[in-house]
Amino acid sequence: MKQVPDEHGRFGPFGGRYVPETLMNALIELEQSYRKYQDDPEFLEEIGYLLKQYSGRETPLYYAERLTKHLGGAKIYLKREDLNHTGAHKINNAIGQGILAKRMGKQKVIAETGAGQHGVATATVAALLGMECKVFMGEEDTKRQQLNVFRMKLLGAEVVPVMSGTRTLKDACNEALRYWVSHVQDTFYILGSATGPHPYPMMVRNFQRIIGDETRRQILEAEGRLPDMLVAAVGGGSNAIGMFYPFVEDSDVRLVGVEAAGRGVDTDYHAATMTKGTKGVFQGSMSYLLQDAYGQVLPAHSISAGLDYPGIGPEHSYLKDIQRAEYYPITDQEALEALQLLSRLEGIIPALESAHAVAQVAKLAPKMKQDEVLVICLSGRGDKDVESIMAYTEGGAEL
Amino acid sequence: MKEAVSNNLMEQTFRRLREAGETALMPFITVGDPDPDTTVDILLQLEQAGADIVELGVPYSDPLADGPVIQRASERALVHGITIETCLETAKKARNRGVTMPFVLFTYYNPMLQMGLEQFFTLLRQADISGLIVPDLPFEESEEVLRLGDEHGILLVPLVAPTSSERISLILSRARGFVYCVSSLGVTGERSDFHKGVDDFIASVKAGTDLPVAVGFGISNGEQVQRFSRICDGTVVGSAIVRKIEDSLPLLQSKDQREQGLLQIRDFVAQLKIR
Repeated sequence: MKQVPDEHGRFGPFGGRYVPETLMNALIELEQSYRKYQDDPEFLEEIGYLLKQYSGRETPLYYAERLTKHLGGAKIYLKREDLNHTGAHKINNAIGQGILAKRMGKQKVIAETGAGQHGVATATVAALLGMECKVFMGEEDTKRQQLNVFRMKLLGAEVVPVMSGTRTLKDACNEALRYWVSHVQDTFYILGSATGPHPYPMMVRNFQRIIGDETRRQILEAEGRLPDMLVAAVGGGSNAIGMFYPFVEDSDVRLVGVEAAGRGVDTDYHAATMTKGTKGVFQGSMSYLLQDAYGQVLPAHSISAGLDYPGIGPEHSYLKDIQRAEYYPITDQEALEALQLLSRLEGIIPALESAHAVAQVAKLAPKMKQDEVLVICLSGRGDKDVESIMAYTEGGAEL
Repeated sequence: MKEAVSNNLMEQTFRRLREAGETALMPFITVGDPDPDTTVDILLQLEQAGADIVELGVPYSDPLADGPVIQRASERALVHGITIETCLETAKKARNRGVTMPFVLFTYYNPMLQMGLEQFFTLLRQADISGLIVPDLPFEESEEVLRLGDEHGILLVPLVAPTSSERISLILSRARGFVYCVSSLGVTGERSDFHKGVDDFIASVKAGTDLPVAVGFGISNGEQVQRFSRICDGTVVGSAIVRKIEDSLPLLQSKDQREQGLLQIRDFVAQLKIR
């Protein structure tokens, strides 16, 4: 398979760099700096040290025996990204980009956040590296994720509630990009997903591939062979691409991305970009996208703030089109049920995002043979969601 | 093809102004804000107020290069389901009502992409659009749009920013119509300060091209129009006019005070004009 992205940041027809001219030199400079340090042993050592001693990597690959028995099919492993410092895989990328920002001499960082996990990770790294940090978050999400808003403030970051558009992740991204246009000379934008203009999708993937690299080593140790299937939730798609990428050449390993179907893909309330989207340009790159016939971006909906996004990373669109990865929708209801299932059977409360992956496995695993093996990327822990889950399960809030 | 380009209305206007030693006043409005019929009426007022060329903004759900004023205008227009087709129909209506100044369409890339680029340029030509500005289509991604624009006689106007530095000559090598200099770092919107070094920046752009050079982003009053007119060939005033329209909404939307609302907008634009 050919190397992607190419020198123009293209994954087949996807990706590229569709941004205002003001940002072009900043993106070119970012790409050049990244390429310069990408293989620099000192740079990698500094990141590796923090991933190990600060974030607690490597994360375990845990055999979920009770879940496996309950579903009665394939052997299920959980890649425990929820055990990272700050509670999700987002820290992998935030450390990487934070160290890069430091090398580039930038003292100020900004980030967008949906569920708040990337915002918390960025605020954490900014505190660690002594940088000024501003996090853009949709006003709607600041309500859904109050705990994370407070965590960011504790960490010394400024949280900017975004009042434009749908007041969710997509508008937080717009606002972060607009702010970056105005402050491009001294500010580094730590983008949290495998989306946006080149080089972000490539760079975020490379900082997240540690998930898949570790999984490969760990599963070979545990099972003596590669897994039959990898399953991960996709909003923008950073944990999924990090998990998938080291396995892309292994054609026997099925790659399964799980997107948010909200109230159902046949309603107007979902975030099922792959199931219902079409090709278009959004927030700096060409990819699949939820849009109307006139190219206006449609609002997304999901119980999970981290998946509530009408776009998806360009490399996922590429993997879908070349039929290397498959993508399935999971509803709010299915995700909530899976969250409770995993909590009761394994004593692990997953993030609502990750619960989508668990729900898809609940559908797929029983159809698989008992000697088959699959790995779920458990991208984050559910502490941040407990309050909103309570509203649905105890308070009778409507999905 | 060559002839079609030389007959371009916008090129003619810039040529006429240059011969007369004048600079172009170039208002921007969002089409369909607050509704297409009012846009036609506003265009008539703009021309009477002395506008030389007008930028017609296609409303978009995610206007990355725009500040809050134009974002709100987009939202108001999108309530009515305004599309590229509606914008072009509005332009045709304005022509039929007697507006003679050149039209430049300002649109984000995705709406034109979804229409299909061939179809898009065909409709642009039919609606007598002279030029096209796509704020999220940088040089590297613009090849096909430029080629189709050339085929259809629609001039793809590039943006250059204070951060463009060595990219300027690259961008100028493929510029059509005029060169749009972004006055400051940031999104559209009124401002009191411009990027320091903006004069040197504009001078370096002027030195690199024979095309007219216009300045925009943040120009909001007559004083600023004067300031930039001394060093370039045109000034774009967007957010300030769109804000004026926003302020006039109660008048524009009432039957008996509509004229008064339109006159307010005309007076505002008239005092921007250098006479």
